[in-house]
Amino acid sequence: MDPLSGDHRRLAALTTAAVLVGAATATFLSRGTQPVSLAAAIGLSVPLALVGTALLLPVRYVCRTLPLGQASFTRLLVTHGMAALLLSSAWVSIGAGLARFLAPEDPPGGTGLVVRYQDHVPGLLAGGALFYVLAAFFHYMLLAVEASRRAEKQSLEMAVLARDAEIKALKAQVHPHFLFNSLNSISALTTSNPAQAREMCILLAEFFRRSLALGDRPEVSLEEELAVARTYLAIEGLRLGKRLTVEETIDEPSKGCFLPPLLLQPLVENALRHGIATLIEGGVLRLEAHTDGRTLRLRVQNPFDPESPARPGVGLGLSNVKKRLLVRYGEAARLDAERFEGSFRVTLVLPARGPE
Amino acid sequence: MTDVLIVDDEEPARAVLREMLAQEPDVRILGECASGFEAVKAAAELKPQVVFLDIEMPKLDGFEVLELLDPEVAVVFVTAYDQHALRAFEVHAVDYVLKPFRAERLHEALEVARARSARGPEPAVLAQAARPAGEYATRIVLRDASRVHVIPVDRVDYAEAQDDYVALHSEGKTHLKMQTLASLEASLDPALFVRVHRSYLVRLDRIRTIDLYAKNSRVATLLDGTRVPVSREGHARLQQILGET
Repeated sequence: MDPLSGDHRRLAALTTAAVLVGAATATFLSRGTQPVSLAAAIGLSVPLALVGTALLLPVRYVCRTLPLGQASFTRLLVTHGMAALLLSSAWVSIGAGLARFLAPEDPPGGTGLVVRYQDHVPGLLAGGALFYVLAAFFHYMLLAVEASRRAEKQSLEMAVLARDAEIKALKAQVHPHFLFNSLNSISALTTSNPAQAREMCILLAEFFRRSLALGDRPEVSLEEELAVARTYLAIEGLRLGKRLTVEETIDEPSKGCFLPPLLLQPLVENALRHGIATLIEGGVLRLEAHTDGRTLRLRVQNPFDPESPARPGVGLGLSNVKKRLLVRYGEAARLDAERFEGSFRVTLVLPARGPE
Repeated sequence: MTDVLIVDDEEPARAVLREMLAQEPDVRILGECASGFEAVKAAAELKPQVVFLDIEMPKLDGFEVLELLDPEVAVVFVTAYDQHALRAFEVHAVDYVLKPFRAERLHEALEVARARSARGPEPAVLAQAARPAGEYATRIVLRDASRVHVIPVDRVDYAEAQDDYVALHSEGKTHLKMQTLASLEASLDPALFVRVHRSYLVRLDRIRTIDLYAKNSRVATLLDGTRVPVSREGHARLQQILGET
């Protein structure tokens, strides 16, 4: 926690600015060829300090509309120059008014306060412009600090989001349905087809071993990710029999690309649970991977029955994968889901990267 | 002799039921079905006493099949895992078997099913309880003889209570379903369907005008020109919903 609240800090900054402006103005007025008396200098500079500080406040908005590095140099120079001139002349005119107010009966002969003040006008104008420049610097600095605080907060939020998504992804690794249905298949096969029952036990063990190992690493190769998906599909193949056909089109270079673990797996699970399994006759699940060296394109396509009742969990897997992509790659990756003519197709596009 | 029907879309799951039930004395397996549609048809034709029913299946899920079976049939759900469904079973004391299961557990379920003379809760009530909170039916299933109709709720204009049935009016056709109007109402989104009268449930966006008919009684004219009575309570409900939006 900050010991000083925002309000206190603002007040401290304003007081400092007012004292600086006042001291500089008083000092300047009491010097020169026609110095103003000390009393008059103080009488003029106190209100001028307050007015000057107030006039410097809107500089923040000028700075905000002209961010450094975005606005062109000419535009910066022209806008700030004009603003400085305007504010400075306004300030100096107020000072002239004050001088006339303090010494209404100026003796003729050019020794009165008004004349002495007028003698200082060019210097005051330059001083006002200088104050403007200082204020602009100060506001730009403040804006930069605020921006970096915001960025810090955002990155903190992103980190929390990332962790949440990762935890969810790991939890979602094994759908309880998948586990219990597989165990039921094994229970069925033990008497009717012991060899197949054993095969299913081994596949289940492989699936768990692989996905657990993968989940511990930040990045895995597509080859390893595909191995998990294939094991999963082999198990579901035993369960669904002829209803499931898998077709793969994986190009060689894409296998060496690295991606966050278990990114493909939820898409494959979705394709099965909300796609193939909703069809009495089943269908073909298509897995495609292709890379041009810059991006990696993964695609999972499956037929589905629009007339089957929706199963719980529709869309959860997809939104989870989307979140993980956003956290990991930001704008550089995307996920497109389309449905057409009884088919559902999810395309993942991410930067093609080698091992870290 | 107990006649049973096995319904599951996975062959291994059917096989384990087939194998265990074959060990039971006095059980005759009438058939096996791999989808909800098949199950409804087979049940209507073969008249089993007990149906072993999976929940997640193509076309019609287990709850929808249950709604379409004759009330005399005892149903035992055989399911992998679904927390909502489990809660529904527990609340309504319908028997269910969790996959995988032992032969003893299946035997118990069979005994319970044999002993049950009357059905427990109304199937639609069970289906509603199994749905996650805040979710409503997106379609209504009904059957005449062994034909199954699936009507999306956005095509239903209004429903009318007729003795033990509700008459569903959809696209100019009328379908009868054995269900109470109250349980139909409970399964539908209250923001879309309003009980305008003791015997009428109307889809809100089908109402064209509401006119005063007599003292304390109004009549709603639907888009297709049908006139439906609106009771005082019904009118209050309508005003409440329209006032909220």
